[in-house]
Amino acid sequence: MFYILGAGAVLSALSMVTNKRPVSAAMSLIVTMFCLAGLYVLLDAHLIAALQIIIYAGAIMVLFLFVIMLLNIQEKEGRLAGHKIFLQFSGIVIVGYIFIKVVKLIGGSNLPARMEGSIKGFGTTSAVGEMLFTDFLLPFEIASVLLLAAMVGAVILAKAKID
Amino acid sequence: MIADLIEAVAKILFIFGVNMGFFAPVLGWVERKQSAVMQDRVGANRADIFGFTLIGLLHPVADTIKLLTKEDFIPAGANKLFHTLAPFITLTPALIAFSVIPFGGQYEIYGHTINLVIADLDVGILFIFAFASLSIYGVVLGGWSSNNNWSFLGAMRASAQMLSYEVAMGLAIIGVIMVYGSLRLTDIGAMQENFFKWGIFLQPIGFILFIACATAENKRIPFDIPEAETEIVAGYFTEYSSMKFIMFWMAEFLEMITIAGIITTLFLGAWHIPFISSKMLLSLFSFAGANGATILVMLTNIATFFTKIIFMIWFQMTIRWTLPRFRYDQMMKLGWKILLPLSLINIFITGLVLLL
Repeated sequence: MFYILGAGAVLSALSMVTNKRPVSAAMSLIVTMFCLAGLYVLLDAHLIAALQIIIYAGAIMVLFLFVIMLLNIQEKEGRLAGHKIFLQFSGIVIVGYIFIKVVKLIGGSNLPARMEGSIKGFGTTSAVGEMLFTDFLLPFEIASVLLLAAMVGAVILAKAKID
Repeated sequence: MIADLIEAVAKILFIFGVNMGFFAPVLGWVERKQSAVMQDRVGANRADIFGFTLIGLLHPVADTIKLLTKEDFIPAGANKLFHTLAPFITLTPALIAFSVIPFGGQYEIYGHTINLVIADLDVGILFIFAFASLSIYGVVLGGWSSNNNWSFLGAMRASAQMLSYEVAMGLAIIGVIMVYGSLRLTDIGAMQENFFKWGIFLQPIGFILFIACATAENKRIPFDIPEAETEIVAGYFTEYSSMKFIMFWMAEFLEMITIAGIITTLFLGAWHIPFISSKMLLSLFSFAGANGATILVMLTNIATFFTKIIFMIWFQMTIRWTLPRFRYDQMMKLGWKILLPLSLINIFITGLVLLL
């Protein structure tokens, strides 16, 4: 199951990057999100999986599609065509560096093999909720204030144009 | 193990059969008949086999044959892949969403526990929302890939509308979740055995908000702006024909059933009969022996559940043929300026009452 979902995620992500038609690229990204949600389910994180689909696949990507269709972006070469080779080269270098670092991190630390049955109630809604409102209360509140600030900012920006 | 497998397959086949085999085709007929009754017409009654019309019940059969044999047309300049994919993307989430709705409680028959829900997930209601939010793609892609301005307008309207109402819909049921303290639909259903503990009494505002938002999500009148016949032909599925056309309709009917199922589970006491507890039913059926009585109780509960579903479907159809369509700006105003604040206030009040 892991290999099917993992391969699906990687392939659709690749097709998203290489696809020249914006709508196809957006649809590939949705498939990636879906495969990721499947991976979360395999990790016993059902709540995260459901939220992943609702928020990313269901809401954010719809907005993406909406904007793409509304602006009717056509297939075309990237605007940065002049620096293309340089950009590609630096991109590969950066991603390669991060990849090596991640491999080292995972290889270095002795990650425990997947616990059978895992922690009782792990990944359930109540467990996640309890953690959010006890151990991670401060980060949770800061994140929500940040989101609120972003929301207010968006409203003000939109309102300024209307008035 | 084998018993579990048989149980799972039986439940899937049952739900699939009831939804796709019974409700989806018959609802087309019901809708036509009900509109006819409400508008003082005779309605669909012409399709016949050797002169027997069965009050028009043969129309679904005739429709199916007609649609199966029609030409499947893809307009010029359309994106073939997405044009073909869109009806499937619309239909699949509508089918899957029903799998977490319990159509009965838990029963022990011959030492084997039967839980009458296909997938008893911890995230229950969120699962439905996840798949409901995916059905937008079918509509948006269908409208966009048709290479038709009417379809495109329909797709634009649909995506804006469904996004707006999803927010209010999610917030509308938070009150219910707060009251019952669980996302698991089987738990919520089991907690409504007492008639006065039904969601509709504990969360009356949530009930009304949810019906309004769900109707908008399903794009039915008064929220049928994405397909508004009088404005943009048929909206996002203007360019569809044959089975692909009917798949959009089937998705709409299936969503109607799912909405009825959610409302029944959250607000109308799920599989319970008012004032009659499972114990009373058990003692009533005690003549059939322990296992027989349990089976009879189970069947009664399933029948109760589907009776409520049929009632809610009737209710949705009555709304559809009673109200006129909203104007686009009215619809947006209703969603963002009335339903959303109301659902927030509802959450606030529910929290206050629960705390005090």
